[in-house]
Amino acid sequence: MINEKVRAVQGFRVHTIETDKYKTNTLVLKMKAPLSKETVTFRALLPYVLQSGTTTYPSAKQLRTYLDELYGATLNVDLTKKGEHHIITIRLDVANEKFLKEQTPLLNKAVQLLSEIVLQPALEKGRFVEKIVEQEKRSLKQRIQSVYDDKMRYANLRLVEEMCKGEPYALHTDGQLEDVDHITPENLFDYYQKALQEDEIDLYIIGSIPEERVLELVQSHFSFPARTTRPVINQLTEKKTITNVNEVKEEQDVKQGKLNIGYRTNVTYEDDDYYALQVFNGIFGGFSHSKLFINVREKASLAYYAASRLESHKGLMMVMAGVEPVNYEKAVQIIRDQMEGMKKGDFTDDEMTQTKAVIRNQLLETIDTPRGLVEVLYHNVVSKRKRPIEEWLSETDRVSREEVVRVANNIELDTIYFLTGMEGTK
Amino acid sequence: MEKIVYEQLQEQLFYEKMPNGLDVYILPKKGFNKTYATFTTKYGSVDNQFVPLGKTEMKRVPDGIAHFLEHKLFEKEDGDVFQQFSKQGASANAFTSFTRTAYLFSSTANVEKNLETLIDFVQTPYFSDKTVEKEKGIIGQEIRMYDDNPDWRVYFGLIESMYQNHPVKIDIAGTIESISNITKELLYECYETFYHPSNMLLFIVGPVDQEKIMQQIRDNQAKKTFPKAVEIQRFVYDEPAEVAKEKQVIPMHVQTSKCLVGLKGTNVTAKGKDKLKHELSMNVLLDYLFGKSSPHYERLYSLGLIDETFAYEYTEEQQFGFAIVGGDTSDPDRLAEELKQTMLTFFDSSLTTEELERVKKKKIGAFLRSLNSPEYIANQFTRYAFHEASLFEAVSVLQSLTTDDIVQVAKECFRESQFSICQVVPKERN
Repeated sequence: MINEKVRAVQGFRVHTIETDKYKTNTLVLKMKAPLSKETVTFRALLPYVLQSGTTTYPSAKQLRTYLDELYGATLNVDLTKKGEHHIITIRLDVANEKFLKEQTPLLNKAVQLLSEIVLQPALEKGRFVEKIVEQEKRSLKQRIQSVYDDKMRYANLRLVEEMCKGEPYALHTDGQLEDVDHITPENLFDYYQKALQEDEIDLYIIGSIPEERVLELVQSHFSFPARTTRPVINQLTEKKTITNVNEVKEEQDVKQGKLNIGYRTNVTYEDDDYYALQVFNGIFGGFSHSKLFINVREKASLAYYAASRLESHKGLMMVMAGVEPVNYEKAVQIIRDQMEGMKKGDFTDDEMTQTKAVIRNQLLETIDTPRGLVEVLYHNVVSKRKRPIEEWLSETDRVSREEVVRVANNIELDTIYFLTGMEGTK
Repeated sequence: MEKIVYEQLQEQLFYEKMPNGLDVYILPKKGFNKTYATFTTKYGSVDNQFVPLGKTEMKRVPDGIAHFLEHKLFEKEDGDVFQQFSKQGASANAFTSFTRTAYLFSSTANVEKNLETLIDFVQTPYFSDKTVEKEKGIIGQEIRMYDDNPDWRVYFGLIESMYQNHPVKIDIAGTIESISNITKELLYECYETFYHPSNMLLFIVGPVDQEKIMQQIRDNQAKKTFPKAVEIQRFVYDEPAEVAKEKQVIPMHVQTSKCLVGLKGTNVTAKGKDKLKHELSMNVLLDYLFGKSSPHYERLYSLGLIDETFAYEYTEEQQFGFAIVGGDTSDPDRLAEELKQTMLTFFDSSLTTEELERVKKKKIGAFLRSLNSPEYIANQFTRYAFHEASLFEAVSVLQSLTTDDIVQVAKECFRESQFSICQVVPKERN
């Protein structure tokens, strides 16, 4: 279904997916390292500095002008957490010249440019350019602070902080505000060199181009320094024992309360029960036919959104709903009742079938976009377990009611977080 | 069935008008798993005064009713249509904009069944007193959710400031107060007026067989009867070129200020290619002034006045059009002044042909990229079709733009009296 060819080149992996579906060719580079307090803020800053200038295009303006020349190639970076890993992503997307009147070798130029962004950043005095680093430090601080202004995101982040206290997963992808000022062009450059040597690096190229040609392009443009493998840290953190449910209430000037509930699923991408967990989540809260949507929204009319989602590599499930502060108890009770129902097997065969059909559809739709496809395939890099798309489809179909009930009974409520309005204010 | 070929883009579009007036377009896309279909009526939040079908007098309906109707159309006597779609492995949704209401599904299996469900549920309204009341609680929470969102508040606050009379200034969802006046009778009245097939467009994009799909739609429509199509009479608002308010400041519980500058467009009533040309000219102009490779962007970024949230866009509909520029900022007043001055002093700089060509190249690449997305194609095609223009002509119109075209739109709009500012600022805590 998806023809992914993987080849090791100079200590990193090149993944080629040849397809005629798109009008553009897409390059995605991923750098993976363990989440840690010491490096999280360096990593949060690094890709933003890299996309601000290269040796040939030493300022953001020059680099952006060149991207415009390449028929508006887009360049963007982001950071994510997958389990206890911190992942830097750099994406470059460029038009396929066969749809243009002018024939320029755009993909060739794009590979060259991506290599320059990663391997030949703009430097002065043998380290990063001070002006760039200072500007990006300021932007990073704004990015860290901005989460406070988006209350739905804020509530989710606070839930993770409370729930995973003391675990690396509690760290934010954007790093720690108090560490930003300690970053200098020198220490960031040192960290950059270390990351180039030690990070696990994967490059995905999706477009109408055969693998031989991709490898040729990569060989001619990329030259990573000698790479050492970072010592593998045991990622399996100890299983947290939950003695009692942690309930946290925070007051702010909000009109709608944001209710976020965290569970430990005790099942990750590596486990046999992973597909059963997906089906569980689909029946419970993943979709608009799910129990949360039907009971919190449609029947009780308490919320506009009420849903659950999984963190596959860490083994968490998050429920979120926006409700009036006075309806807090009612909403929590309905959500807990739905969970109890699931544990008792209180769902129909129709719900099973329906959920499987929707999961199948969601997966097939996700891999229709270059970005979604890379995200699905990258799970197989993050996890030791490899799950081809065909297996996803057939194994999801095979999940039984008993397995869903078993998974449900392993799920533990950990933390209930509620961001509520301030009393005495309107 | 008519076949339209776009050679450079390597796309083929199929079109047919049904006897009842419904426009149907099919764009086959090989290699994709997903089929995406939208069923759209030319009816949005701004249509709040009109002559109801079979009546003679203009009638004003409660704010937010188009959006309310969109929610309620999913509910039927025997349950929720969402359920049916998900049983058929599809994901369904809908949205209401200022000028359109769209119902849609995407699916990788049972496409014909899902298409049948889509057409039938939109063409079979069922509203009851009980379900209308229940929906008020849900939409009330939707309104509250947006109330807490500073990006939403600053965006709609700005539009509200720009317009004196036109209902684009009113929130699409209405208010908790205005939706309390909605009844099932009013919903039927709006439905009968605006959901006539002759006011609607069906777009299907995906790995489909166009002959089979078109036949299915012909058969489906032939089974239903509709009253004779009449031209819908919508109230035409008289809107001056000047903005209603120069500035609005919204204190909220935020840490970072937000500042948007709005520019009210004029000469927005064009149709067809002229519409495309006008809208694209304005977008090219904004890109030239504020794109990431522009000197202004570089300067504002290095001054710390903008960050990665900075954005700009221009939208033009039949009775209104506006540009919005801005984002998060450390100094909202200074940013507002800088943005305004950049536009007002545009005439001092001269846009060279070379610079224009670069912006065009960028836009053409962006257009190709957007054709990777079935969602973009269906939604934007529909939008342009309602303006009697074609999305697929965008590249040729872009290529034809000259520096004079760009200067022309700047002359029309870059006037002090057409600017408005809206800011969200941190609230003093007590």
